[in-house]
Amino acid sequence: MDSAFIIEKSVVIIVVFAITMVMAMYSTWAERKVAAFLQDRVGPNRAGWGGLFQPLADGLKLFSKEEFEPNTPNRFLFFVGPGIAMATALMTSAVIPWGDRFHLFGRDILLQATDIDVAILYVFGIVSVGVYGIMIGGWASNNKFSLMGAIRAASQMVSYEVAMGLSIVALLMMTGTLSLKEISAQQAGMNWNVFYQPLSFLIFLICAFAETNRTPFDLAECETELIGGYHTEYSSMKMGFYLFAEYANMFISSTILAVLFFGGYNYPGMSWVVENWGVNIANVFGIAALFAKLCGFIFFYMWVRWTIPRFRYDQLMHLGWRILIPLSIVNIMITGIVILRGEIATYLGF
Amino acid sequence: MSIQEISLSGRKKVVSNKEMTFLERMYLIAIFKGLWITLKHLFRKKATIQYPEQVRERSEVYRGQHMLKRDELGRENCTACGLCALSCPAEAITMKAAERKADEMHLYREEKYAEIYEINMLRCIFCGLCEEACPKDAIYLTISKELVPANYDREDFIFGKDKLVMPLDIAMKNNQLKTVN
Repeated sequence: MDSAFIIEKSVVIIVVFAITMVMAMYSTWAERKVAAFLQDRVGPNRAGWGGLFQPLADGLKLFSKEEFEPNTPNRFLFFVGPGIAMATALMTSAVIPWGDRFHLFGRDILLQATDIDVAILYVFGIVSVGVYGIMIGGWASNNKFSLMGAIRAASQMVSYEVAMGLSIVALLMMTGTLSLKEISAQQAGMNWNVFYQPLSFLIFLICAFAETNRTPFDLAECETELIGGYHTEYSSMKMGFYLFAEYANMFISSTILAVLFFGGYNYPGMSWVVENWGVNIANVFGIAALFAKLCGFIFFYMWVRWTIPRFRYDQLMHLGWRILIPLSIVNIMITGIVILRGEIATYLGF
Repeated sequence: MSIQEISLSGRKKVVSNKEMTFLERMYLIAIFKGLWITLKHLFRKKATIQYPEQVRERSEVYRGQHMLKRDELGRENCTACGLCALSCPAEAITMKAAERKADEMHLYREEKYAEIYEINMLRCIFCGLCEEACPKDAIYLTISKELVPANYDREDFIFGKDKLVMPLDIAMKNNQLKTVN
């Protein structure tokens, strides 16, 4: 392995890490702004122009708060919980193709930390580890509200993972690959998967809401019932880590939605730009296109939050197990029939 | 017309318990309707008034922070008779009277004046009885149109004459306006 390769990858990793952090930071600002605008208010506007320094002020506030520790038999787990939540939130960004490639210094630079063949499996694996952050934190808090929130979160995330995994199977049957880079490349032009798999997209979207614990599926931390849910006992930056992890998760799941269903970095006329203006400019536009798409999804997350009220717990389970899972299985069967229609026709003797 | 059909607000709807159709049970249409409503709010005019920079217009009779008035020559009206303190149901007003000296003719209208005049804003209930009791037109709650500002210490809510007496330039300006009219 040559040193140039290591430098290249380190730069990509650091940039992706920094962008994830900044996006998560400014998601908190955007959330407050969007919430305010949807409620006919103006939102934060004192710290900087339009309240742009509000995330910095919030971070500073969290750092300077008293670090409260409950009387818990598991101090170690109490500390580890937020760390796991944060780490898993950041790890998924490793496999996302942010653009095709840059051609710089006589090298092709992949805009992806690593292009593994099982990228989607990797994402699903990491996301399911994310439950442990919440579960451990809620359990180690030694507080019944935290425990209740943690149990709710765990059962919710486990149930919706099934539907999420099944919904993506139909898509994978069509693409024939698990690599996110391949899937992005297949959607060149306007061949976005959402046009071929709208049902799969809908189920995946609903499950993404549930997996990130966003309204209407925020039963894990519903203030009206459980104070703060699993992070009731957390304060200072440990609390900040949980909140930050939630926003990082939102960013990543928006990105995955954009990559899987909305063409990733592709935009109409990309091949024309490559021919006439070169690879680098085409990919700058590509990154911008991807970010426009994922910002749209982040806005959608916030928009839904202030529109749809929270589900009741039994409704949530009903939706997950009795509607979404059968629906995605039906979707898989339909997709299978459409893919194999030639073979079926010859088998039946048409 | 039966009583069930009368609707004074015009927004009454008769609730029905009919089974929902399949399309309604999917809720997707309802969700999109809801999203459309919230989206419209995104572009609506904001109801916020940016308080310190922008002040909501107060009504004519709004009772805010007290003001001890001056007359048209800029002399204080208050003669420290103590009727306001007596009328105050919350016992928020205290004062100490003093005799006007010969060289203070331009400062105080009557020969007796309030050397110390204090209102405890934590006790005050802004009922306006002091204003009603005042025989000298001295104390008013309706002029300043200001809220008593927030503070950290209880001592800082005891407002003395430095905060209560009408500023001299305002008194002079009022006087000019009066002569012009």
